[in-house]
Amino acid sequence: MAKKIKATLDRRAAVNQILARRADTLVVTGLGSSCYDVGAAGDHPNTFYLWGGMGAAAMMGLGLALAQPKRQVLVITGDGEMLMGLGALATIGTQGPRNLAIVVIDNEQYSETGMQPTHTSRGVDLAGMAKAAKFPRTGTIHTQSQLKAWIPKLYAPAGPAFVAIKVNHTRYPMAIRLRDGAHIKNRFREALLGSSAFD
Amino acid sequence: MKAQKKPPTWPNDIYEVLKQVGIRQVAYVPDAGHTQLINSCHADRSMKVISLTTEEEGVAMLAGTWLGGERGALLLQSSGVGNCINLLSIMHECRFPLLMLVTMRGEWGEFNPWQLAMGQGTPPVLQHAGVVVQRVDRADEIREHVFAAAQLTFNTCRPVALLISQRVIGFKDWSK
Repeated sequence: MAKKIKATLDRRAAVNQILARRADTLVVTGLGSSCYDVGAAGDHPNTFYLWGGMGAAAMMGLGLALAQPKRQVLVITGDGEMLMGLGALATIGTQGPRNLAIVVIDNEQYSETGMQPTHTSRGVDLAGMAKAAKFPRTGTIHTQSQLKAWIPKLYAPAGPAFVAIKVNHTRYPMAIRLRDGAHIKNRFREALLGSSAFD
Repeated sequence: MKAQKKPPTWPNDIYEVLKQVGIRQVAYVPDAGHTQLINSCHADRSMKVISLTTEEEGVAMLAGTWLGGERGALLLQSSGVGNCINLLSIMHECRFPLLMLVTMRGEWGEFNPWQLAMGQGTPPVLQHAGVVVQRVDRADEIREHVFAAAQLTFNTCRPVALLISQRVIGFKDWSK
C-alpha cells in the first residue's frame, strides 16, 4: 500500500468553500457530521438534510437528479455513510446522470459513534470504486489547491462526479437544529416547485 | 399448475395504470413475476427505468424522485422487502409517498422453503415499518388495486405496498 498522506484539510472549511458556489444547486446531505457541516455553512430551503437512513444519500441524489435534469445536484456525505450503500455507485454509474456530483467528507472514522476507523482508513479507495463503476470524473483530494481546482467540476454538468476529500479528525458541535423531516421535505419542494408542491 | 401458454394480461394492466397516474421513474430488482412489466417499462421512452443492486436503493431514490417533483414506483419481490426496512424510516419521518408493487413468494404453493421466512414476514414487517399494506389475490382486480394504491400514496404522502399474491403469479409445480 502506498504511503499514507496525513490529512490536513478541515471539514467545515472545505464544505464552506464548496457551498459558497452552490447558486441554485440542489443539495442532499448524509446523516451525522456531514449534515451538520452543511447546516453550519448556512441553511437553505433547497438543502435536504438526512438525519437518518444511513446509506441513502447518494441514491436520493440520483432520484432528484433524474427528476430535475436541468438542475445540478450535489450530495455531501461521509465515508461511513457511503460505505453502507456502495451498490449505489454501480447504479448511479450505469444511469450516468450528468448533473449529479457526490462529495465524501472522508475522515476515515465513524464520528458519531466513538471515532471507530472505517475501511477508508484501511486503504479502501472510494474514488477508485466510483471510477470502476463508470463515473467519468473521480478524485481524491488532500490539499487546498486540489480542492480549489475541483470545486468548479462539482458544478459542471459533466458527471456523475465523485470526489473524496480527506479531512482531519476535528469534531464540531451540531450546528443545526432543524430536524423535522416532513418540514425539511415540504420546504424543499415548495422552494423548487412553487405552489404545485402541494397539488 | 402447469406453465401458462399465453402471457398473462395483468402485467400490462399494471403498466397502463402506471402511465395513467404519471409514473416517470421505475426502480426495480428483477423478479420473475415482474418480467413483462419491467420489459414494458424499458420499452417506454417516457419512463426512466433504474435497475438497482438492492431494494433499499429504490426506497432512497424514490424519496429523491418525489423531492424533485416526479412520481415513481418500486418493483420488488417479497424477499426484497427485508432489505428496505431501515430506509423506510425516511418515508415515515418525512411523509414521503412510496408505491411498492411486491410480487409474493413463500405462500400459495411455494416449493422453496427458503422463501417462507420473508414471504410470511412481509405483511407484518411492512406494517411495523409504517407502510400501508394492501393485497390483491385475483388477476382481474389488479388494475383497480394498483390505481387505488397509487391514489392513496400520492394523495396522502404515506408509503403503500401492494402485495400481488403468488396465486396470481403462479407457482412452480414441484410434484414428481
